[in-house]
Amino acid sequence: MALNAQRRNLGRSAVFAMMASLTAFALPQVAHAEYADVVINNYADAAGMRPVIFPHWFHRVRFRCKVCHADLGFQFKAGGNKINMAKIIDGQFCGACHNGEIAWSVENCGMCHSGIPGTPTHFHGSTVQRLIAPTYKALEKPADKK
Amino acid sequence: MSYKAHARWLTALVTMLIAVTAWSSEVLQPAQPAAVEWSSSTDQGSVFAAISESEVMHLADVSSANTFNQNLKKHEANLPPPEDGIHDPNNEATFALQPPKVAFKGLPESTFGNQVDWVKSIDQKALAPRWDRVNPDEEPFVLDMDIVRPVKASMPDVVFPHRQHTEWLACSNCHPAIFIPQKGANQISMSAILLGEKCGVCHGKVSFPIETKTCKKCHSKPKPDDWKPPLSSATVNNPWK
Ligand code: HEC
Ligand code: HEC
Ligand code: HEC
Ligand code: HEC
Ligand code: HEC
Ligand code: HEC
Repeated sequence: MALNAQRRNLGRSAVFAMMASLTAFALPQVAHAEYADVVINNYADAAGMRPVIFPHWFHRVRFRCKVCHADLGFQFKAGGNKINMAKIIDGQFCGACHNGEIAWSVENCGMCHSGIPGTPTHFHGSTVQRLIAPTYKALEKPADKK
Repeated sequence: MSYKAHARWLTALVTMLIAVTAWSSEVLQPAQPAAVEWSSSTDQGSVFAAISESEVMHLADVSSANTFNQNLKKHEANLPPPEDGIHDPNNEATFALQPPKVAFKGLPESTFGNQVDWVKSIDQKALAPRWDRVNPDEEPFVLDMDIVRPVKASMPDVVFPHRQHTEWLACSNCHPAIFIPQKGANQISMSAILLGEKCGVCHGKVSFPIETKTCKKCHSKPKPDDWKPPLSSATVNNPWK
């Protein structure tokens, strides 16, 4: 049964991989990830793990922003919290909940480490990313002058 | 290995084949007739093959440069994780993640961001996210105080509502790091917001994005009837007037 399920998943993965590469041909440069998904990849790639994807939408259905951003001390900055596994198993950051009591525990590596390898730390779908040319930045700090 | 497993592998393979054929016929076909015409009208296939190759590249260049509204970015929203372009479909656990559409069923809708109206979701009690990590009964401290910020432009004035914010956030999330808690004490401009400062710390990242459809959420207080736009000094001092 377990083996069967695994095979089914493999078959499915293959089809999805195909579909993903096809979409990549049809629409270069556009990723469709959910608004406010955060990719965290300060260390993961270097340690041979997939980047972490944190879904805001999923968590805000269950918690108000205050729980993470005031009580648990998450700074408003993608990649800015220097999260690592040692902190998580000590009950900090994701580990305040992913401890087998409030939510599933850390042995489910692939649930968090689910990003396409090589994806840099970023905030998906942000308004800044959607600007065609970052005009405002250029006004503040001309690129050719140092 | 069971018969079922074989059948599934086969289906996967056939689907892949169909996909590849579909793709190649779509992308490669315009190139093929040109190549065939060239080599069939002459006998020196190898020479013309080279020419037709550059011909094909040239055609491709022109067509892609002239696509209609080439700077318009459209995204399909709420795709399931394996198809969303950042989750790895080769990771088994990706398939265990919840697709957003499943979770958003029945919530009040919007046409931007997550396509969910998060404010209405709480007001209508369609959602009750926890205010405390462990205690589901703890209630937020909601402050009902609007702050009006007059705007020096034709846009309606900005109303900042504390109520909707304190449903989600603690005072310390904004005061004093992002805003000094005093009316008018903060310099806020649209360029700062678009760069991710002030209101843009959250809006354009997690709370609703900054786009044409959302301007009026913030710019919600119409200008008085007798409002006239301030004239720029270049207009006032224009020597050729
Ligand atoms: C609750 C989510 C979560 C789970 C589950 C999880 N991780 Fe992580 N992990 C993170 C985050 C967040 C980071 C920081 C990523 C970064 O900045 O690159 C991280 C970083 C890492 C790193 C690099 C940094 C370091 O600590 O050395 C490794 C290696 C790692 N994880 C391995 C694992 C393994 C192995 C498992 C399963 C036993 C696992 N992780 C499960 C969230 C998780
Ligand atoms: C379950 C915890 C959790 C909840 C709830 C949560 N966030 Fe976050 N938030 C995070 C994490 C994790 C990050 C990424 C931090 C990192 O990469 O170090 C983040 C990052 C951010 C950022 C940083 C964006 C940037 O500039 O890079 C903003 C803004 C933000 N969250 C706003 C919110 C708002 C608004 C809410 C409520 C609607 C909210 N968050 C709810 C965990 C949470
Ligand atoms: C305030 C508590 C809390 C914190 C902090 C938290 N999570 Fe979660 N997370 C949850 C809960 C609750 C669930 C739902 C568990 C379930 O479905 O059984 C969850 C589920 C998830 C899921 C699965 C979503 C799905 O589609 O099923 C992922 C991925 C995840 N968390 C990643 C993270 C990462 C990465 C961090 C740290 C950056 C983090 N979480 C921090 C509470 C938290
Ligand atoms: C989302 C960010 C945010 C949150 C959360 C927030 N405020 Fe404010 N607050 C503001 C802004 C913006 C102003 C207007 C500042 C200005 O006009 O320059 C303001 C102004 C104020 C003022 C000054 C009013 C006046 O008439 O001078 C007080 C007092 C205040 N807030 C108290 C609170 C308290 C108490 C809480 C928590 C219950 C809170 N705020 C939560 C953003 C916030
Ligand atoms: C710390 C994060 C944060 C900051 C800073 C912030 N907001 Fe918000 N705002 C939110 C959240 C969370 C919501 C809930 C709705 C959502 O997530 O889309 C919200 C909702 C709103 C709404 C209500 C929309 C409705 O449907 O009723 C308005 C208006 C608004 N914000 C204006 C502002 C303005 C103006 C500023 C700057 C002066 C500002 N916000 C700064 C997080 C923030
Ligand atoms: C998150 C809330 C928010 C949204 C969304 C928003 N604005 Fe603003 N806007 C502000 C605030 C706050 C100011 C500054 C008002 C002041 O002077 O105190 C401002 C100022 C302006 C100004 C005056 C020039 C300046 O920079 O001060 C213009 C023009 C403007 N906005 C246009 C827009 C347009 C167009 C949109 C839609 C694409 C938009 N705004 C969306 C909050 C918002």
